[in-house]
Amino acid sequence: MTHPPYLHPDYASTVLRAPSRPPLEMKEDPEAAELTGPVFGRDEVDPLDADLTAGHAGEPLGERIIVTGRILDASGRPVPDTLVEIWQANSAGRYAHQRDQHPAPLDPNFTGAGRCLTDDEGRYRFVTIKPGAYPWRNHPNAWRPAHIHFSIFGTAFTQRLVTQMYFPGDPLFAFDPIFRSIPDPAARERLVSTFDLEITEPEWALGYRWDVVLGRTPMEDA
Amino acid sequence: MTTPSQTVGPFFGFALPYAADWELVPEGHPGAVTITGRVFDGAGEPVPDALLELWTGEPGDRGALGRGGTGISGGTGVSGFGRCGTAPDGSYRFRLAPPSRPYAALLVFARGLLKPVRTRVYLADTPDPLLDSLDPARRATLLAHAEGQDVYRFDVRLQGEQETVFLEF
Ligand SMILES: [Fe+2]
Repeated sequence: MTHPPYLHPDYASTVLRAPSRPPLEMKEDPEAAELTGPVFGRDEVDPLDADLTAGHAGEPLGERIIVTGRILDASGRPVPDTLVEIWQANSAGRYAHQRDQHPAPLDPNFTGAGRCLTDDEGRYRFVTIKPGAYPWRNHPNAWRPAHIHFSIFGTAFTQRLVTQMYFPGDPLFAFDPIFRSIPDPAARERLVSTFDLEITEPEWALGYRWDVVLGRTPMEDA
Repeated sequence: MTTPSQTVGPFFGFALPYAADWELVPEGHPGAVTITGRVFDGAGEPVPDALLELWTGEPGDRGALGRGGTGISGGTGVSGFGRCGTAPDGSYRFRLAPPSRPYAALLVFARGLLKPVRTRVYLADTPDPLLDSLDPARRATLLAHAEGQDVYRFDVRLQGEQETVFLEF
Protein backbone atom coordinates (compact mmCIF):
# COMPACT_ATOMS: atom_id res chain seq x y z
CA MET A 1 0.00 0.00 0.00
CA THR A 2 1.72 3.14 -1.20
CA HIS A 3 -0.91 5.77 -0.54
CA PRO A 4 -2.43 6.53 2.84
CA PRO A 5 -5.99 5.41 3.51
CA TYR A 6 -8.71 8.08 3.51
CA LEU A 7 -9.55 7.44 7.16
CA HIS A 8 -6.64 7.90 9.54
CA PRO A 9 -8.16 8.97 12.88
CA ASP A 10 -4.82 10.19 14.28
CA TYR A 11 -5.21 12.94 11.67
CA ALA A 12 -8.44 14.33 13.07
CA SER A 13 -9.64 16.10 9.92
CA THR A 14 -10.00 12.77 8.12
CA VAL A 15 -12.81 11.62 10.42
CA LEU A 16 -15.60 13.63 8.77
CA ARG A 17 -14.04 13.90 5.33
CA ALA A 18 -12.97 10.35 4.51
CA PRO A 19 -15.46 8.56 2.25
CA SER A 20 -17.00 5.60 4.04
CA ARG A 21 -17.13 3.38 0.97
CA PRO A 22 -14.10 2.21 -0.96
CA PRO A 23 -13.75 3.90 -4.35
CA LEU A 24 -15.25 2.07 -7.30
CA GLU A 25 -12.56 0.35 -9.33
CA MET A 26 -13.03 1.53 -12.93
CA LYS A 27 -13.12 -0.99 -15.73
CA GLU A 28 -10.65 -0.60 -18.55
CA ASP A 29 -11.92 2.09 -20.93
CA PRO A 30 -9.54 3.47 -23.56
CA GLU A 31 -11.95 6.36 -24.14
CA ALA A 32 -11.97 7.56 -20.54
CA ALA A 33 -11.34 11.29 -20.14
CA GLU A 34 -9.06 10.54 -17.19
CA LEU A 35 -6.46 8.88 -19.42
CA THR A 36 -5.42 12.25 -20.79
CA GLY A 37 -4.52 15.43 -18.98
CA PRO A 38 -3.91 19.11 -19.54
CA VAL A 39 -0.82 20.17 -21.45
CA PHE A 40 0.96 23.32 -20.30
CA GLY A 41 3.04 25.35 -22.70
CA ARG A 42 6.48 26.69 -21.82
CA ASP A 43 5.33 30.23 -22.58
CA GLU A 44 2.80 30.00 -19.76
CA VAL A 45 5.41 29.54 -17.03
CA ASP A 46 8.00 32.21 -16.31
CA PRO A 47 11.42 30.66 -15.49
CA LEU A 48 11.61 33.11 -12.57
CA ASP A 49 8.66 31.30 -10.99
CA ALA A 50 11.13 28.53 -10.01
CA ASP A 51 13.15 30.89 -7.81
CA LEU A 52 11.19 31.51 -4.61
CA THR A 53 13.97 33.73 -3.27
CA ALA A 54 13.47 36.22 -6.11
CA GLY A 55 10.72 38.67 -6.89
CA HIS A 56 10.82 40.62 -3.65
CA ALA A 57 12.65 43.77 -2.62
CA GLY A 58 15.31 41.87 -0.68
CA GLU A 59 16.63 38.41 0.18
CA PRO A 60 14.46 36.18 2.37
CA LEU A 61 15.78 35.03 5.73
CA GLY A 62 16.75 31.40 6.21
CA GLU A 63 18.88 28.68 4.73
CA ARG A 64 18.99 28.97 0.94
CA ILE A 65 18.44 25.57 -0.70
CA ILE A 66 18.16 24.00 -4.15
CA VAL A 67 15.54 21.27 -4.53
CA THR A 68 15.75 19.25 -7.69
CA GLY A 69 14.90 15.82 -9.02
CA ARG A 70 13.07 13.97 -11.74
CA ILE A 71 9.41 13.20 -12.38
CA LEU A 72 9.06 9.63 -13.66
CA ASP A 73 6.12 7.52 -14.72
CA ALA A 74 5.44 4.09 -13.26
CA SER A 75 7.69 2.40 -15.82
CA GLY A 76 10.57 4.68 -14.93
CA ARG A 77 10.34 6.96 -17.98
CA PRO A 78 10.88 10.66 -17.41
CA VAL A 79 7.84 12.92 -17.73
CA PRO A 80 8.89 16.04 -19.67
CA ASP A 81 6.98 19.34 -19.83
CA THR A 82 4.79 18.59 -16.87
CA LEU A 83 3.76 21.29 -14.43
CA VAL A 84 5.21 21.15 -10.91
CA GLU A 85 3.82 23.61 -8.37
CA ILE A 86 5.18 24.05 -4.84
CA TRP A 87 4.24 26.01 -1.74
CA GLN A 88 5.72 26.17 1.73
CA ALA A 89 6.11 28.02 5.01
CA ASN A 90 8.95 30.51 5.46
CA SER A 91 12.07 29.75 7.52
CA ALA A 92 10.17 30.57 10.71
CA GLY A 93 7.39 28.10 9.94
CA ARG A 94 4.78 30.66 8.89
CA TYR A 95 2.71 30.55 5.70
CA ALA A 96 1.88 33.68 3.75
CA HIS A 97 -1.75 32.65 4.16
CA GLN A 98 -4.29 34.75 6.01
CA ARG A 99 -5.62 31.80 7.99
CA ASP A 100 -2.19 30.79 9.32
CA GLN A 101 -2.30 32.06 12.91
CA HIS A 102 1.06 30.69 14.04
CA PRO A 103 2.74 33.55 15.97
CA ALA A 104 5.96 33.35 13.99
CA PRO A 105 7.09 36.27 11.83
CA LEU A 106 6.12 36.72 8.22
CA ASP A 107 9.03 37.49 5.91
CA PRO A 108 8.31 40.43 3.61
CA ASN A 109 10.84 38.95 1.18
CA PHE A 110 9.31 35.51 0.95
CA THR A 111 5.92 34.34 -0.32
CA GLY A 112 6.66 30.65 -0.69
CA ALA A 113 4.89 29.70 -3.94
CA GLY A 114 6.67 28.53 -7.09
CA ARG A 115 6.21 26.48 -10.21
CA CYS A 116 8.11 25.13 -13.18
CA LEU A 117 7.81 22.77 -16.11
CA THR A 118 10.04 19.69 -16.20
CA ASP A 119 12.74 19.61 -18.87
CA ASP A 120 13.23 16.96 -21.55
CA GLU A 121 14.60 14.54 -18.94
CA GLY A 122 11.74 15.10 -16.53
CA ARG A 123 13.87 17.30 -14.29
CA TYR A 124 12.54 20.12 -12.12
CA ARG A 125 14.62 22.56 -10.07
CA PHE A 126 13.64 25.13 -7.46
CA VAL A 127 15.68 27.63 -5.48
CA THR A 128 14.06 28.39 -2.16
CA ILE A 129 14.53 28.68 1.61
CA LYS A 130 14.39 25.72 3.96
CA PRO A 131 10.93 25.88 5.55
CA GLY A 132 10.56 25.80 9.32
CA ALA A 133 8.54 23.28 11.30
CA TYR A 134 5.19 24.64 12.48
CA PRO A 135 2.59 23.81 15.11
CA TRP A 136 -0.97 22.75 14.33
CA ARG A 137 -3.98 21.96 16.46
CA ASN A 138 -4.46 18.29 15.60
CA HIS A 139 -3.50 17.16 19.12
CA PRO A 140 -1.65 18.71 22.07
CA ASN A 141 1.85 19.87 21.15
CA ALA A 142 1.46 18.83 17.51
CA TRP A 143 4.17 19.98 15.09
CA ARG A 144 4.54 19.31 11.38
CA PRO A 145 8.01 18.27 10.22
CA ALA A 146 9.50 20.77 7.78
CA HIS A 147 8.04 20.11 4.33
CA ILE A 148 7.42 21.54 0.89
CA HIS A 149 4.01 20.89 -0.69
CA PHE A 150 4.22 19.57 -4.26
CA SER A 151 1.52 19.42 -6.95
CA ILE A 152 2.39 17.44 -10.09
CA PHE A 153 0.28 16.77 -13.18
CA GLY A 154 1.88 13.96 -15.21
CA THR A 155 0.52 12.90 -18.58
CA ALA A 156 -2.91 11.68 -17.47
CA PHE A 157 -5.49 12.93 -15.00
CA THR A 158 -5.09 9.54 -13.28
CA GLN A 159 -1.47 10.46 -12.50
CA ARG A 160 -2.30 13.70 -10.73
CA LEU A 161 -0.38 13.86 -7.46
CA VAL A 162 -0.37 16.29 -4.55
CA THR A 163 2.07 15.42 -1.81
CA GLN A 164 4.71 16.76 0.56
CA MET A 165 8.49 16.52 0.43
CA TYR A 166 10.35 16.22 3.72
CA PHE A 167 13.95 16.71 4.82
CA PRO A 168 16.25 13.90 5.97
CA GLY A 169 16.51 12.98 9.64
CA ASP A 170 13.64 15.10 10.94
CA PRO A 171 12.94 14.15 14.58
CA LEU A 172 9.26 15.05 14.07
CA PHE A 173 8.61 12.12 11.71
CA ALA A 174 7.94 9.89 14.70
CA PHE A 175 5.11 12.16 15.89
CA ASP A 176 3.47 13.34 12.68
CA PRO A 177 0.16 11.62 11.87
CA ILE A 178 0.20 12.92 8.28
CA PHE A 179 3.62 11.40 7.51
CA ARG A 180 2.67 8.27 9.43
CA SER A 181 -0.66 7.90 7.62
CA ILE A 182 1.33 6.06 4.93
CA PRO A 183 1.14 2.48 6.19
CA ASP A 184 4.40 1.20 4.72
CA PRO A 185 7.51 2.73 6.35
CA ALA A 186 9.46 2.17 3.13
CA ALA A 187 6.87 4.19 1.21
CA ARG A 188 7.14 7.02 3.77
CA GLU A 189 10.84 7.21 3.06
CA ARG A 190 10.04 7.97 -0.58
CA LEU A 191 8.80 11.38 0.57
CA VAL A 192 12.12 12.21 2.25
CA SER A 193 14.63 14.09 0.12
CA THR A 194 18.35 13.36 0.32
CA PHE A 195 21.04 15.91 0.95
CA ASP A 196 23.32 15.99 -2.09
CA LEU A 197 26.74 17.61 -2.16
CA GLU A 198 26.72 17.45 -5.97
CA ILE A 199 23.68 19.72 -6.06
CA THR A 200 25.02 21.95 -3.30
CA GLU A 201 26.60 25.11 -4.67
CA PRO A 202 29.70 26.41 -2.85
CA GLU A 203 29.27 29.60 -0.87
CA TRP A 204 25.63 29.76 -1.89
CA ALA A 205 23.04 27.00 -1.27
CA LEU A 206 22.56 23.47 0.09
CA GLY A 207 21.25 20.91 -2.38
CA TYR A 208 18.48 18.35 -1.89
CA ARG A 209 17.44 15.67 -4.36
CA TRP A 210 13.94 14.22 -4.56
CA ASP A 211 12.54 12.06 -7.37
CA VAL A 212 8.84 11.40 -7.88
CA VAL A 213 7.14 8.39 -9.46
CA LEU A 214 3.58 8.91 -10.73
CA GLY A 215 0.85 6.36 -11.31
CA ARG A 216 0.66 2.78 -10.22
CA THR A 217 3.66 0.52 -10.61
CA PRO A 218 2.80 -3.09 -11.58
CA MET A 219 4.04 -4.49 -8.26
CA GLU A 220 1.48 -2.43 -6.42
CA ASP A 221 -1.39 -4.03 -8.28
CA ALA A 222 -0.53 -7.40 -6.79
CA MET B 1 7.82 2.64 -6.74
CA THR B 2 5.03 5.20 -6.67
CA THR B 3 5.40 8.32 -4.56
CA PRO B 4 2.71 8.43 -1.87
CA SER B 5 0.06 11.13 -1.69
CA GLN B 6 -0.24 13.62 1.18
CA THR B 7 -3.00 16.09 1.96
CA VAL B 8 -3.10 19.44 0.18
CA GLY B 9 -3.53 20.94 3.67
CA PRO B 10 -5.25 24.21 4.55
CA PHE B 11 -2.69 26.68 3.18
CA PHE B 12 -2.63 26.23 -0.60
CA GLY B 13 -4.70 29.34 -1.17
CA PHE B 14 -1.77 31.64 -2.01
CA ALA B 15 -0.20 29.15 -4.43
CA LEU B 16 -2.66 27.04 -6.42
CA PRO B 17 -5.56 29.33 -7.35
CA TYR B 18 -5.09 31.53 -10.42
CA ALA B 19 -7.04 34.46 -11.73
CA ALA B 20 -10.13 33.15 -13.53
CA ASP B 21 -8.91 29.59 -12.97
CA TRP B 22 -12.52 28.33 -12.98
CA GLU B 23 -13.24 29.73 -16.44
CA LEU B 24 -12.36 27.12 -19.05
CA VAL B 25 -13.98 29.39 -21.63
CA PRO B 26 -14.60 33.12 -21.49
CA GLU B 27 -17.95 34.64 -20.64
CA GLY B 28 -20.25 34.61 -23.64
CA HIS B 29 -18.53 31.66 -25.29
CA PRO B 30 -21.13 30.04 -27.57
CA GLY B 31 -22.83 27.10 -25.88
CA ALA B 32 -20.91 27.51 -22.62
CA VAL B 33 -22.36 25.82 -19.56
CA THR B 34 -21.72 26.39 -15.87
CA ILE B 35 -21.32 23.58 -13.37
CA THR B 36 -21.79 24.75 -9.81
CA GLY B 37 -22.42 23.14 -6.46
CA ARG B 38 -21.14 22.68 -2.95
CA VAL B 39 -18.86 20.26 -1.15
CA PHE B 40 -20.12 18.74 2.12
CA ASP B 41 -18.48 16.63 4.82
CA GLY B 42 -19.90 13.67 6.71
CA ALA B 43 -21.78 15.96 9.13
CA GLY B 44 -23.44 17.78 6.25
CA GLU B 45 -21.29 20.85 6.87
CA PRO B 46 -19.85 22.75 3.90
CA VAL B 47 -16.15 22.24 3.19
CA PRO B 48 -14.74 25.76 2.84
CA ASP B 49 -11.15 24.77 2.07
CA ALA B 50 -11.39 22.27 -0.79
CA LEU B 51 -9.76 22.63 -4.19
CA LEU B 52 -11.58 21.18 -7.20
CA GLU B 53 -10.09 20.41 -10.59
CA LEU B 54 -12.16 19.72 -13.68
CA TRP B 55 -10.87 18.05 -16.83
CA THR B 56 -13.02 17.58 -19.92
CA GLY B 57 -10.65 15.11 -21.54
CA GLU B 58 -9.86 16.94 -24.73
CA PRO B 59 -6.20 16.02 -25.37
CA GLY B 60 -3.87 18.82 -26.30
CA ASP B 61 -5.87 21.45 -24.52
CA ARG B 62 -3.89 23.83 -22.42
CA GLY B 63 -4.50 24.43 -18.80
CA ALA B 64 -5.85 27.64 -17.39
CA LEU B 65 -3.10 29.02 -15.22
CA GLY B 66 -2.23 32.49 -16.38
CA ARG B 67 -0.94 34.61 -13.53
CA GLY B 68 -1.40 37.84 -15.42
CA GLY B 69 -5.10 37.98 -14.67
CA THR B 70 -6.19 36.65 -18.04
CA GLY B 71 -6.87 33.22 -16.63
CA ILE B 72 -6.84 31.36 -19.85
CA SER B 73 -3.74 31.36 -21.95
CA GLY B 74 -2.73 29.72 -25.17
CA GLY B 75 -4.43 32.02 -27.61
CA THR B 76 -7.68 30.19 -28.20
CA GLY B 77 -9.19 31.25 -24.89
CA VAL B 78 -10.49 27.73 -24.47
CA SER B 79 -9.18 25.15 -22.04
CA GLY B 80 -10.12 21.62 -21.03
CA PHE B 81 -8.83 22.20 -17.52
CA GLY B 82 -10.08 24.33 -14.67
CA ARG B 83 -9.45 24.75 -10.97
CA CYS B 84 -11.64 26.24 -8.26
CA GLY B 85 -11.19 26.64 -4.51
CA THR B 86 -14.39 26.44 -2.49
CA ALA B 87 -15.92 29.53 -0.90
CA PRO B 88 -16.78 29.69 2.84
CA ASP B 89 -20.17 28.10 2.00
CA GLY B 90 -18.42 25.18 0.27
CA SER B 91 -19.43 26.36 -3.20
CA TYR B 92 -17.47 26.15 -6.42
CA ARG B 93 -18.16 26.79 -10.09
CA PHE B 94 -16.76 26.08 -13.55
CA ARG B 95 -17.66 27.61 -16.90
CA LEU B 96 -16.85 25.28 -19.78
CA ALA B 97 -17.70 24.29 -23.30
CA PRO B 98 -19.95 21.22 -23.26
CA PRO B 99 -17.62 18.20 -23.14
CA SER B 100 -17.64 15.70 -26.00
CA ARG B 101 -18.34 12.93 -23.51
CA PRO B 102 -21.46 12.92 -21.33
CA TYR B 103 -19.27 13.75 -18.34
CA ALA B 104 -16.34 15.80 -17.11
CA ALA B 105 -13.74 14.35 -14.71
CA LEU B 106 -13.52 15.95 -11.27
CA LEU B 107 -10.85 15.79 -8.57
CA VAL B 108 -11.38 17.13 -5.05
CA PHE B 109 -8.46 17.94 -2.74
CA ALA B 110 -8.84 19.16 0.83
CA ARG B 111 -7.38 19.28 4.28
CA GLY B 112 -8.37 15.94 5.78
CA LEU B 113 -8.16 14.16 2.44
CA LEU B 114 -4.84 12.32 2.48
CA LYS B 115 -5.40 11.63 -1.22
CA PRO B 116 -7.89 13.30 -3.53
CA VAL B 117 -11.32 11.88 -4.26
CA ARG B 118 -12.13 11.59 -7.94
CA THR B 119 -15.52 11.40 -9.53
CA ARG B 120 -17.39 12.35 -12.69
CA VAL B 121 -19.98 15.04 -13.32
CA TYR B 122 -22.55 13.63 -15.78
CA LEU B 123 -24.43 16.38 -17.59
CA ALA B 124 -26.92 13.91 -19.05
CA ASP B 125 -28.56 10.77 -17.69
CA THR B 126 -27.58 8.54 -20.56
CA PRO B 127 -26.71 4.87 -21.05
CA ASP B 128 -23.14 4.60 -19.82
CA PRO B 129 -21.03 1.69 -18.53
CA LEU B 130 -20.26 3.43 -15.22
CA LEU B 131 -23.77 4.80 -14.59
CA ASP B 132 -25.38 1.52 -15.61
CA SER B 133 -23.28 -0.39 -13.08
CA LEU B 134 -24.81 1.57 -10.17
CA ASP B 135 -28.10 1.24 -8.33
CA PRO B 136 -30.44 4.24 -8.82
CA ALA B 137 -29.53 6.02 -5.57
CA ARG B 138 -25.81 5.75 -6.21
CA ARG B 139 -26.25 6.63 -9.87
CA ALA B 140 -28.04 9.82 -8.86
CA THR B 141 -24.94 11.06 -7.04
CA LEU B 142 -23.11 11.39 -10.38
CA LEU B 143 -25.86 13.28 -12.21
CA ALA B 144 -25.73 17.04 -12.45
CA HIS B 145 -29.14 18.70 -12.36
CA ALA B 146 -30.04 21.20 -15.03
CA GLU B 147 -31.03 24.38 -13.25
CA GLY B 148 -32.20 27.03 -15.63
CA GLN B 149 -30.45 27.87 -18.84
CA ASP B 150 -26.98 26.36 -19.20
CA VAL B 151 -26.46 25.87 -15.46
CA TYR B 152 -25.92 22.48 -13.85
CA ARG B 153 -25.83 21.80 -10.14
CA PHE B 154 -23.51 19.11 -8.80
CA ASP B 155 -22.84 18.68 -5.09
CA VAL B 156 -20.05 16.53 -3.71
CA ARG B 157 -20.80 14.64 -0.50
CA LEU B 158 -17.55 13.27 0.88
CA GLN B 159 -19.13 10.93 3.42
CA GLY B 160 -22.45 9.58 4.63
CA GLU B 161 -25.84 8.45 3.44
CA GLN B 162 -25.77 10.21 0.08
CA GLU B 163 -22.03 9.92 -0.38
CA THR B 164 -20.91 10.66 -3.93
CA VAL B 165 -19.63 7.68 -5.90
CA PHE B 166 -15.84 8.00 -5.98
CA LEU B 167 -13.67 6.27 -8.53
CA GLU B 168 -10.30 4.58 -8.69
CA PHE B 169 -8.36 3.99 -11.89
FE1 LIG C 1 2.17 22.55 5.18
